[in-house]
Amino acid sequence: MRNSHTRVHRRAHQTYKHQFDVCYLLTKNCCILIVESMNNIEHREFNNGEGRQFNKEAEEEEEEDEDEGNGRGLDAWERAYADERSWESLQEDESGLLRPIDNKTLYHAQYRRRLRSLSSTASAPRIQKGLIRYLYIVIDLSKAAAEMDFRPSRMAVIAKQTEAFIREFFDQNPLSQIGLVIIRDGIAQCLTDLGGSPESHIKALMGKLECSGDSSLQNALDLVHDYLNQNPSYGHREVLILYSALSTCDPGDIMETIQKCKKSKIRCSVIGVSAEMFICKHLCQETGGSYSVALDEPHLKELVMEHAPPPPAIAEFAIANLIKMGFPQRAAEGVISICSCHKEAKVGGGYTCPRCKARVCELPTECRICGLTLVSSPHLARSYHHLFPITPFDDVSPSILNNPHQRLPKNCFGCQESLLNPGNKPSIRVACPKCKQHFCLDCDIYIHESLHNCPGCESLRHSKSDSDT
Amino acid sequence: MLLFLVIFDSVIADDVSLLMVLVDTNPFFWSTTNNALSFSKFLSHVLAFLNSTLLLNQLNQVVVIATGFNSCDYVYDSSSNSVAPNQRTERLLQKLEEFVIKDEQLSKEESADGIGSSLLSGSLSMALCYIQRVFRSGPLHPQPRILCLHGSPDGPQQYVAIMNAIFSAQRSMVPIDSCVIGAQHSAFLQQASYITGGVYLKPQQLDGLFQYLATVFATDLHSRNFLQLPKPVGVDFRASCFCHKNTIDMGYICSVCLSIFCKHHKKCSTCGSVFGQAQTNAPSTSKQKRKSPDT
Ligand SMILES: [Zn+2]
Ligand SMILES: [Zn+2]
Ligand SMILES: [Zn+2]
Ligand SMILES: [Zn+2]
Ligand SMILES: [Zn+2]
Ligand SMILES: [Zn+2]
Repeated sequence: MRNSHTRVHRRAHQTYKHQFDVCYLLTKNCCILIVESMNNIEHREFNNGEGRQFNKEAEEEEEEDEDEGNGRGLDAWERAYADERSWESLQEDESGLLRPIDNKTLYHAQYRRRLRSLSSTASAPRIQKGLIRYLYIVIDLSKAAAEMDFRPSRMAVIAKQTEAFIREFFDQNPLSQIGLVIIRDGIAQCLTDLGGSPESHIKALMGKLECSGDSSLQNALDLVHDYLNQNPSYGHREVLILYSALSTCDPGDIMETIQKCKKSKIRCSVIGVSAEMFICKHLCQETGGSYSVALDEPHLKELVMEHAPPPPAIAEFAIANLIKMGFPQRAAEGVISICSCHKEAKVGGGYTCPRCKARVCELPTECRICGLTLVSSPHLARSYHHLFPITPFDDVSPSILNNPHQRLPKNCFGCQESLLNPGNKPSIRVACPKCKQHFCLDCDIYIHESLHNCPGCESLRHSKSDSDT
Repeated sequence: MLLFLVIFDSVIADDVSLLMVLVDTNPFFWSTTNNALSFSKFLSHVLAFLNSTLLLNQLNQVVVIATGFNSCDYVYDSSSNSVAPNQRTERLLQKLEEFVIKDEQLSKEESADGIGSSLLSGSLSMALCYIQRVFRSGPLHPQPRILCLHGSPDGPQQYVAIMNAIFSAQRSMVPIDSCVIGAQHSAFLQQASYITGGVYLKPQQLDGLFQYLATVFATDLHSRNFLQLPKPVGVDFRASCFCHKNTIDMGYICSVCLSIFCKHHKKCSTCGSVFGQAQTNAPSTSKQKRKSPDT
């Protein structure tokens, strides 16, 4: 026990130092704290059974000495870690490395469930998605957001997840726009107008992180409704509310506001961080949104990120339309001209509006002079994977895996990782229904969540022409 | 002392490279007579380059993927233990030969007229899967980059798949370098290198290919900051319409599926949506309406 403990200890120190380059927290009872931080931040490094390691083990010994000497009793914040017993979610493998218990298969199972629910909703022969979205994110910054059941506070955690969400959102919906609204002291306040630049939203949000007063759902909905109602009808109007409070302090009848939103085809979704509230649930049911309550930070992240992929297009919510757009060419290098967005003279770079020849700095944008929407073809291509999704891979059944007469591929087709267990038995794997190649579970997730290509299908000429026709 | 070790470790991490080389083996491209460079000459340049990359740092890793006409496959991995360093070249050539023969057998009778495109989307996807595996292996992995040695013309039917791979590489911050040895520029690889921050190069003198490779593509990503590398020349970001494949400056886009058309249609041929009125200026007018009371 003593032996394994020091092993844990050392390993933890080493990892911790690599992650942060700080060592001032290395007290005698830091073990718990650091195990917690590893558990939160980095799972990757514990799976490196056969991966190559470049780090030297030599330096571990030295820290060991520094640890002794300044041990003290548990502070309140340390006790919190002790109470959660987070080290119990770690186990040691054969070589003494730490790794989270069964994390991989658990995560994979979760992912499969998500994928299946997605593909069942999109079973229509032609997939239609709401690719042009106008989304307001409403953040509740009433005093309930200061509570510390999320660490360090609800507000900080929500801000962090919102930042990640905004980046992910623009990655997946390059032609959509986001606006930010906050609720504080019973008043809703618009932080940023609808816009397509992630940085400006994030900057505005981070500058306004303080909370006070009550929360008011109705004020927020009224404000957002007024803004969204003016947007063109081909776009999907959405509101995502991150709600901390357990009450709402409204000036009038909120039911009327909900009906107003419903009439304007605004899809309202709420993610709560405390407990379920009837009025939120009612709002989401009426307007076709989703309601969920986050249990902890990873769950909150998952819930927020569910709103990043475009929702299925609903004909009654958004009217299909042809939108006129321009594809500007990159202006020649070395030419000086004044950009219409910042009103500054710039050398080279930039794009020229094909209709009015005004210069803009970044795409996608709307021409300030003639109002033409300007995009580049890669922006459109970013969305095409929603329209041509790859089929989910099938689990290879245990009966096939255990059949000694079946000749199965030894390596993952994508990453060449061995698909054999230590005992030379075939391990769990998935297979593409089209090209029949086998993949490891990690590749399965990467292929469906980020790459959106099946390497097997892409490297076969005939299967491809078959699927095209 | 402790601090020193930390710095030392990070130095090791940032100049160790993982080089994924995608070699175009399309027989239709290599058999064209106007080729300045024969396949065997090309291979001798590339092998010298790979060997020198491995010698630059003993922790460097090289993986070669063959981009064929009918298939793609891994042909060499310097991290696999089965290959002794002195047999590197023989092993690679042997695997490559096996691959080319197998690739040819897969070929169907009615092959395309002219030089067909090779399956770049497949080899790019495989390289990215391999890189993800390296990312999973721990915090101190080598810095990955992809080098496409490509000659075949672009295959329009691979457009969506290649763009997907480019965006995934961009998200993982993996640069895609391209060295185009064919007669024409490759619009796909121009975009790939531009979007992922890699280097795009079309060598003028193909008989000096090794020099180009060694000076431009051999250095690790950290040292690149100090080099004067070829600047990206104009990248054409204009779109082509789905109906005639014409390159257009201005066009109509289906709000449901983002298909591009050069003129107004009643119905989208991609997703089947029926369109209402053409809304050319609606967004801008509504914007102005909204802005005026605010300001
Ligand atoms: Zn500007
Ligand atoms: Zn214009
Ligand atoms: Zn794999
Ligand atoms: Zn497949
Ligand atoms: Zn056309
Ligand atoms: Zn369409």
